[in-house]
Amino acid sequence: MSKLIEIRWHGRGGQGAKTASLLLADAAFNTGKYIQGFPEYGPERMGAPITAYNRISDEPITIHSNIYEPDFVVVVDDTLLEAVDVTAGLKEDGAIVVNSTKTPDEVRRLLNGYKGKVCTIDARKISEETLGKYFPNTPMLAAIVKVSGIMDEQAFLDDMVESFKHKFAKKPEVIDGNMEALRRSLNEVNGL
Amino acid sequence: MSIRERLSGNEAVANAMRQINPDVVAAFPITPSTEVPQYFSTFVNNGSVDTEFVPVESEHSAMSACVGAAAAGGRVMTATSANGLSLMWEILYIASSLRLPIVMSCVNRAVSGPLNIHNDHSDSMGARDSGWIQLYCETNQEAYDNILMANRIAEHLNVQLPVMVCYDGFITSHSIENIELEEDDKVKAFVGEYNPEHYLLNKKEPIAVGPLDLQPYLFEHKFQQAEAMRAAKDVILEVSEEFAKMTGRKYGLFEEYKMEDAEVAIVVLNSTAGTAKHTIDELREKGVKAGLIKPRVFRPFPVTEIAQALKNVKAVAMLDKCDSTNGAAGPLYTEVTSALYTEGIADVKTVNYVYGIGGRDVKSDDIEKVFADLQEIVSTGKVEHPFRYLGLKD
Amino acid sequence: MSENKCNINAKSTWKELTPGGTIYDAANSEEFHTGDWRSKKPVFHADKCKQCGLCLPVCPDSCIPIVDEAGNRGDFKFDFCKGCGVCAKVCPFGAITME
Repeated sequence: MSKLIEIRWHGRGGQGAKTASLLLADAAFNTGKYIQGFPEYGPERMGAPITAYNRISDEPITIHSNIYEPDFVVVVDDTLLEAVDVTAGLKEDGAIVVNSTKTPDEVRRLLNGYKGKVCTIDARKISEETLGKYFPNTPMLAAIVKVSGIMDEQAFLDDMVESFKHKFAKKPEVIDGNMEALRRSLNEVNGL
Repeated sequence: MSIRERLSGNEAVANAMRQINPDVVAAFPITPSTEVPQYFSTFVNNGSVDTEFVPVESEHSAMSACVGAAAAGGRVMTATSANGLSLMWEILYIASSLRLPIVMSCVNRAVSGPLNIHNDHSDSMGARDSGWIQLYCETNQEAYDNILMANRIAEHLNVQLPVMVCYDGFITSHSIENIELEEDDKVKAFVGEYNPEHYLLNKKEPIAVGPLDLQPYLFEHKFQQAEAMRAAKDVILEVSEEFAKMTGRKYGLFEEYKMEDAEVAIVVLNSTAGTAKHTIDELREKGVKAGLIKPRVFRPFPVTEIAQALKNVKAVAMLDKCDSTNGAAGPLYTEVTSALYTEGIADVKTVNYVYGIGGRDVKSDDIEKVFADLQEIVSTGKVEHPFRYLGLKD
Repeated sequence: MSENKCNINAKSTWKELTPGGTIYDAANSEEFHTGDWRSKKPVFHADKCKQCGLCLPVCPDSCIPIVDEAGNRGDFKFDFCKGCGVCAKVCPFGAITME
């Protein structure tokens, strides 16, 4: 990968889309990339639609605008499909990955005729079974790594375990669950 | 060896402040600068600095505390944005006129109203004549580097003026990017100890600071300030050269990007300069001789240097993220055209764009449009409307 | 501290002024004779004075001198007295009048 990859995240305030975008930036950084991770701040409220962005490249990145023609889109909450035009500007040779219990074909019908690749993942099921709670950002992080192919999966997992050890230094009991969520998510993306 | 890291602009600046370990930090939280004192106060709490952190009840008090602490002889830092800077207004002038080398990170945000928390340059541009040195930063790296250099510049005996390091709210302050940090001990050696010649807490030399300064004196004191501001130019270059020896990162009064053979150019501050570089690269592939000047030092303003750097272009656009509301152009346009005129350069066509107000996003397409306009100006030889707006819905 | 290191006056050039107008020596107020601001003048009646000392601390310009080992006051230092009259007000014995 030599070119610039641009990713747009859609979530709702409180679901961790911003955190996930920062974690993705971290992981890509640790594999030697140039990165940007930034949220678009609007009204900061629980449940309000929010957008976050990543740029990932082998070359230094100078552009500082939002992303209008992303290579990939991540939708952390499928109720956003009705509220937000999530495929706006999304490249046809790119892909969208949606947290949903629906199949990729069912989701495609909600995407205003988007012709590129549509993937789904049941992040709620994975999160609840591995973490005991609904934290969709961890499964979605793994899903976008899988769908975009921006980094080696093993390198990603190795980096994340270090990152979790640091992040959860005071509650190490949650590290295994988070790692299990990532591993399962890498294998449970539909529509690849 | 520099340390490869990824940090937001605010994290980078708070880390620079940790490495500098100032005597006093007094600050009041305001978006988007809040994280700077927030992160810094954790460094105070965990003992990684021995700074006296003064949590005040307003920005007026923050700057007042900074003035007191600096007059007492301390190395003093603070951070603010927008309306916070507005509330400091009165004391900004006290700080510069008392020649106190305070360093502030000004995280650029629109001054309300109507209420807006997003980026433009109306805050620091409003303070451009307050006697503070102003350094502008494109990236979190530049914010970090300029903060590391700021105390040295401010405290230099030929200067003794406060320094404002300005970087874009959210776009730089809250975005994670790659950055190279310097080791703590290297920064410590570079920044050095601050030993003011005269200070209030020196019991061997009782002094009075801030006396009444009536008609026979104030003019001369203001001239001294102006002279110090003029002298700051050389000091900034000196300190930057020493910094480049340590880090390999070179800074001048402004950055020139692909200006050697440029026919059309943009002058723009802060993060938009990065987007402009991206656009210029694309335009260059199409054969457009586009270039960029990104002022780093806005106060003092490098009159001769900027004019000389622009003398060979056919048309130049000054992009202002702030409207002077003077019925004409923004501050960058006014300063640059004045510099061109002063240097006797009359054949460069100039045009102003007010852009990005209140966080209006600036796309590569917007910059492309400016260059297309400039090419049209070159081909027609006319500037129909010099005072333009970019990205306005009309 | 008696030497005025600043030696600044209304004819001083910008090169001679200190940065920010900072005054580098203490107690230089002795060199500024503020007595000519006075419109009314305190008169000390030594015969009525009980040397109670109440007038000493209230004088804002330290114009009431102690003249002997016993701590007795003398007449006013008129180079500095601005004629505010606080001393006359505070004196319980009518030993100071404003004229």
